[in-house]
Amino acid sequence: MHIAEGYLPPLHAVAWTAVAAPFVVHGARAVVRQVREEPETRLLLGAAGAFTFVLSALKLPSVTGSSSHPTGTGLGAILFRPPVMALLGTIVLTFQALLLAHGGITTLGANAFSMAVVGPWVAYGVYALVRRLGGGLAVAVFLAAALADLSTYCTTAVQLALAHPDATSGVPGALAEFLAIFAVTQIPLAVSEGLLTVLVVRLLTRVSPAELARLGFRPARQEA
Amino acid sequence: MSRFSIVNWILVLGVVLLAAVPLFIGSDSEFAGADGRAVERIDESDYRPWFAPLFNPSAETASGLFALQAAIGGGVLGYVFGAARTRRRDADPPA
Repeated sequence: MHIAEGYLPPLHAVAWTAVAAPFVVHGARAVVRQVREEPETRLLLGAAGAFTFVLSALKLPSVTGSSSHPTGTGLGAILFRPPVMALLGTIVLTFQALLLAHGGITTLGANAFSMAVVGPWVAYGVYALVRRLGGGLAVAVFLAAALADLSTYCTTAVQLALAHPDATSGVPGALAEFLAIFAVTQIPLAVSEGLLTVLVVRLLTRVSPAELARLGFRPARQEA
Repeated sequence: MSRFSIVNWILVLGVVLLAAVPLFIGSDSEFAGADGRAVERIDESDYRPWFAPLFNPSAETASGLFALQAAIGGGVLGYVFGAARTRRRDADPPA
């Protein structure tokens, strides 16, 4: 989902930056508040950031014959609410833009919006919905993480289609092409991300139940 | 092995299979990155990127830096699990 440096026209780059910036600023304040008010959750905060750091570095092969990477933003969004991930995700993207030439500074706003804003909010919404409907913890975490991943890539496809409409079929035609590149490749990776996030949540409920409870995160039933 | 461990290993196996199966069924594919494919698609039009990365590592260096990124994240995750486990054990010694 990393839109390469310079591949969004200046107007689009500025617009997406303007859209993403308030979320990131609000996220920075949310992180500061989180650390100040509940310092004992710092370890989990580190885990959420580290999870995104690892997963967004992994390029995995997909059945479409191309490869892509998970985003890892679902975990932190579920544990800490989405604003926290707006900052953590943007830090990861900045690292990759500056040191890896992966993504870019001009496209940071657009990339932050898809990975650090849309993905986490989708994760949070799906998680809350599934739990409210009576779904189990594992099902809710799996769907939240997988759909956060997928929605991030769909957002990227929309961003590119708006910036680069097809000469004959316009924005819808370009959207179909970019969705074919991103979303289809991403489906098995989204499943992988869902499974990995369930695994990490299971391990966390085992080693860190008190901190999770402090975040208001309770497993449906405590496994012995 | 406890039910907890068995389910965890099944999850790991699922992730490994999802990554490995494409390599076998599409073994003549190069698995180019989706990000790169999007760039190729845009390059087919007359669009030219107007800004270049400030620092552009070679492919070899970049793969090392990607590994470094994963290592930093993995290290922090490992530390968190180790610290949480120790704290849990100290606070709540097994009966």
